[in-house]
Amino acid sequence: MSGEGLSRALAGWPPPVLDPAGPYSEPVTRLAWVLLLGGFAVLAIVAAALAVALWGGPALKRRLGGDRAIWIGGFAFPVVVLTGLLVWGLTLTSQLSATGPHFGEMRVRVTGEMWWWRVSYFDGAGREIVRDANELHIPVGRPVMVELASADVVHSFWVPRLGGKMDMIPGRINTLRIQADAPGTYAGQCAEYCGGPHALMGFVVVAHAPDDFARWQAARTASVQPVGGRGRQLFEDFGCAACHAVRGTPANGLAGPDLTHVGSRRSLGAGILPNNRGTLAGWVADSQAIKPGNRMPAYKQLNAEELQAISAYLDSLK
Amino acid sequence: MIGLAGTLIAGCDAPDMRPSRTEDRTAIARGRAAAERLGCGACHSLPGVDWPKGRVGPPLEGFASQAMIAGRLPNRPDILARFVRDAPSIVPGTAMPAIPMREADARDVAAWLLEDR
Repeated sequence: MSGEGLSRALAGWPPPVLDPAGPYSEPVTRLAWVLLLGGFAVLAIVAAALAVALWGGPALKRRLGGDRAIWIGGFAFPVVVLTGLLVWGLTLTSQLSATGPHFGEMRVRVTGEMWWWRVSYFDGAGREIVRDANELHIPVGRPVMVELASADVVHSFWVPRLGGKMDMIPGRINTLRIQADAPGTYAGQCAEYCGGPHALMGFVVVAHAPDDFARWQAARTASVQPVGGRGRQLFEDFGCAACHAVRGTPANGLAGPDLTHVGSRRSLGAGILPNNRGTLAGWVADSQAIKPGNRMPAYKQLNAEELQAISAYLDSLK
Repeated sequence: MIGLAGTLIAGCDAPDMRPSRTEDRTAIARGRAAAERLGCGACHSLPGVDWPKGRVGPPLEGFASQAMIAGRLPNRPDILARFVRDAPSIVPGTAMPAIPMREADARDVAAWLLEDR
């Protein structure tokens, strides 16, 4: 994964899905290995029986075809192995889906939208304290309860190195715990086909050391000093504010991602592009070329100076 | 700007005005990696890169064969390196913003764009 946090959830070596970075992804990886290796062991036993049937001596063949072999190999063995796996697998993964927040546990809500993620942070009393999009900041070493909702169709929240995979179902709240044991950037990906640019619906989790997280949280909950200038004027004149909110300004649209801190995000376009003046300009001018079908129209009516001013404004929203 | 004008005038006396083709394969590879890391594809279709293929700026396949940069400046590695890093400083009025990258990245990206394909 690149240092910019560009989402490459399924790329790299070792594959992120086999490279757990916290206690809620480790059981998934262990289960995957046991199933994989167990599957190979069963395959080897079946292949051995096949070899006996084809080339074995008469005595061996007689034993393989007898009642005893069928009762043991065809009935008792599968029942014992499959029952054992079922019980073990359910026990192992039961802690992954959360039933409710523990006292004092950090709680966030991630809502799947076509094709991005709305993120809300809650305080201890359940009030929303920070709004963001496409990026989740968490402290290391602490479980975080993620409430998963959907605004339209079924999506699936999946950050392979930090936890299991959980569907986001319209009209329901599913819950999942994630935890990172080391600071860093962890990529996620929508894991349930949700139409058009589903494959371009990425996500970034940023895990901070406790002190850094406290600083981040203080900065986000503080009142923002609105920046002005031509870029902001154009942002409002061209109607960007109809869909996007920038806290501290008249822009209060709710249809698209909140842009109050867009300049400090690790990625752009929902985890798919690095975030800088250039990619901001490219996204604003023609996001349809990058992420076909996404709900933001291409702003081809902007001239060079206007595009520069708007992208500079967005970049300044740290 | 004055310094650049100087190099441009000096450049007229140079015997070879064609885009120079660097043979430095590692610089070319680094340049491609930098272009992907920086997201140049948000505006440009890039040689050998399947996604993204932005349509805001010109496609950059075959860039080595074109004579001018942005229709204004001779297509030379040193000028191209300055342009990709801080286009507005040498082509005022361009829609291409200054891109936050190191000078070495800019040289590598220029080497990659000017690769003889």
